[in-house]
Amino acid sequence: MTDRLVKGRSCLGWRLPVVCGALLAGAGSDLAATAPANRPTRAPAAEAGPAYTAYVAASGGVLPAAARVAIAAHREATIPAFARKYNMPCSACHTAWPELNAFGQTFKDNGYQIGNDRDSPIWLNPSYIPFAIRTTPGWRLERTTHQPVDDGLGGTVEKTLTQSGFDISGADLLMLGTLYKDITFGFVPTVEDGEGVGIEAAFVRFDNLFRSRWANLKVGKFELDNMLSEKRSMMLSSNGGFYQTYHFVPVGDGTDFGLGDNQIGAEWLGHSANSYTRFSVAVLGSVDGVPGLPSAKSSYDAAFTLSQAFEAGKLGLERIGLYGYVGQRATTFETSGGEPIPGTGRNSKGFYRVGAVGDFFLGNLELLPLFMHGSDSKDLAGGTRSATWNSGLLELHYYVSPQLVFTQRDEIIRMSRQADPATPKKLGNIDAFTFGYRWYPIMYSRAGLALVGEVSFTKTTGTVPLSGDGVGLDPLSPSTGVRSTSVLLALDFDF
Amino acid sequence: MKRSNPVAVLVSGLGLCLLASGTAPLGAQEARVDGMQGNAGAGKQYYRRYCIGCHGKEGDGSGENAQWIDPRPRDFTIATFKCRSTPTGTLPTDADLFHAITRGFVTTNMPPWGPLTRQVRVDLVAYIKSFSPRWKTQGPGTPISIPAETPANMESILRGRELFQKMECWKCHGPAGHGDGPSASTLTDSKDNPIRPYNFSSGSRFKCGETNEDLYRIFMTGLDGTPMPSFADNIQPQDAWDLVHFLRTLQPLPTPEAAAWHAWLPAHAGELKPIGPDQGGQ
Repeated sequence: MTDRLVKGRSCLGWRLPVVCGALLAGAGSDLAATAPANRPTRAPAAEAGPAYTAYVAASGGVLPAAARVAIAAHREATIPAFARKYNMPCSACHTAWPELNAFGQTFKDNGYQIGNDRDSPIWLNPSYIPFAIRTTPGWRLERTTHQPVDDGLGGTVEKTLTQSGFDISGADLLMLGTLYKDITFGFVPTVEDGEGVGIEAAFVRFDNLFRSRWANLKVGKFELDNMLSEKRSMMLSSNGGFYQTYHFVPVGDGTDFGLGDNQIGAEWLGHSANSYTRFSVAVLGSVDGVPGLPSAKSSYDAAFTLSQAFEAGKLGLERIGLYGYVGQRATTFETSGGEPIPGTGRNSKGFYRVGAVGDFFLGNLELLPLFMHGSDSKDLAGGTRSATWNSGLLELHYYVSPQLVFTQRDEIIRMSRQADPATPKKLGNIDAFTFGYRWYPIMYSRAGLALVGEVSFTKTTGTVPLSGDGVGLDPLSPSTGVRSTSVLLALDFDF
Repeated sequence: MKRSNPVAVLVSGLGLCLLASGTAPLGAQEARVDGMQGNAGAGKQYYRRYCIGCHGKEGDGSGENAQWIDPRPRDFTIATFKCRSTPTGTLPTDADLFHAITRGFVTTNMPPWGPLTRQVRVDLVAYIKSFSPRWKTQGPGTPISIPAETPANMESILRGRELFQKMECWKCHGPAGHGDGPSASTLTDSKDNPIRPYNFSSGSRFKCGETNEDLYRIFMTGLDGTPMPSFADNIQPQDAWDLVHFLRTLQPLPTPEAAAWHAWLPAHAGELKPIGPDQGGQ
């Protein structure tokens, strides 16, 4: 699913495409053509565009969320095509798909090669095609509190809006394979009803350059080498289907960036033989993965990751890591008829995200803590000083067996400094909690099916939930806590 | 909607941690490698995750994917293993099985499982040993002793070439080591599945290792379950090292033996008798 911004947020997880489109129109933004207009802003209800107002009216006040999210955007990375190629069950490479285990991580780091001198396509049966598909039909409920709606008397009142029903996600078409020994391609178009086709990922990677595992190059559009991969998240609901931390920007901030979004650029990766030691350094376009050179005339971001794993006896494999992203975004554009001209941005201003992450096993229990510190320059944050915040999450997976996993995630984001000193310090704070399960009654080397149950709660202060389906408007008061609930029962299948 | 209290859920998560950490399976120690003890009970869950697709629930090599795999997966119920440090006909040591899991088998579907922790691999060894009653009645063989390697000079290489002819290695592996000897197409393993002799010109390493010592061990222990016999009773250790040095010249690898061979060959090619039927080697 192509990443889109709606009211400054990425469209992630479940969504109704037409709603996303309507809201894009309402925000007066067209991602491809007028990137500056897409600067994320948490506009109050009164500033919502006329199209959005019309949509609200048409829906009778019960409408889908502002931040409808495209589940498929998170799901590019479960590839039974490899299971078919190597005749291995999903559980060989995944703790529970789509999350990778240590063996799967090494397989990926080796350029999706198993290292048996039979990886090159010359050894494959000619009928083999490196193709897989993943989609998720299901039932879901979305509820959001404190949503301003017309009272029919010319005024506005707050209501809790709820919707539920059967729905489908988009579909990811996963094409990844080996062109030749140590040369691999990835191509992941996504299809969504009413939205057409997007390109979630497209890259070529060259592995073992100079006969060294420390020299691997990937060029194209791809997910950053995040140790806590959003694309491989086991959670799928509207609220829980992405990491709030990865996509958070302060209220009024104009930075279009998500650490979990696929980016366009080049990435240098290195790893030890068993991938216990790993690093990556990337140079990326300042476009948050949007093709077409829509941003500044010449602007680049940079990212790095570094992690080290160590064995802890019967507890399992433990890994700790660091990561960072330094970026910049144009603040002014050339205009024509008053409209910004894509690709002419200048006066770029900076932002960064840094943090630490862990992946710890206590037997069958996996703990995934992550900490992030974020900062956006005052010009991006729309104030007189830079905005800063801290966020943390702890995700737990308990593997009853390779075919049953229970999940839980707690996530907290706290503003430490608002760009505008007059802004309430708590504005934008987020608390999120998700729990669920994934049961895999079908887990073979040819296909997989998971039955997913998930409940996710999000509370935001003074603004609409980052993801929450229900409605997309801020509450009437900046001190109001808005709570959003997502419930998902779905069939997640991969073939 | 009920509010989610972050503190409460964190506490509940930690509770789950403690609960789970106390449920790790414990049982008899049934494998030992480098002081690390493996447990079959723990190994069973890893076997189910990583191995069952090929080797099957019963360990008999009939997993759901076995029909697509050539060569077929190992049948653990007969406890016959190719790669051992022990004499032919005996059971391998725990370390042999551990190294086989770690190394994988090149040119087969068995990948190197090095990314798994050592504890997981030792637990897998313990569980693999549970499939055959042989492990209950027999102990592993005594690992063969490998003497210090002799100098890898041209004299040794040429003596090895003579042995390659004399011991009729070429009948299976072919005169040039391409795995295309006159008997190659007739070979089967102990389960009557067709099997191909090793092609020295294509593999980057051997199924049972990649060092000279590994190669020495291969033909002094044999590869049980395959037509590759043990030569422990037929050749002396000195001769075995000579054979190792010659075989290294057949590989497309930058080994010292290959370097010496390729430097020597242009000026002496005419002195060599071709390898094959009715020839006497050099």
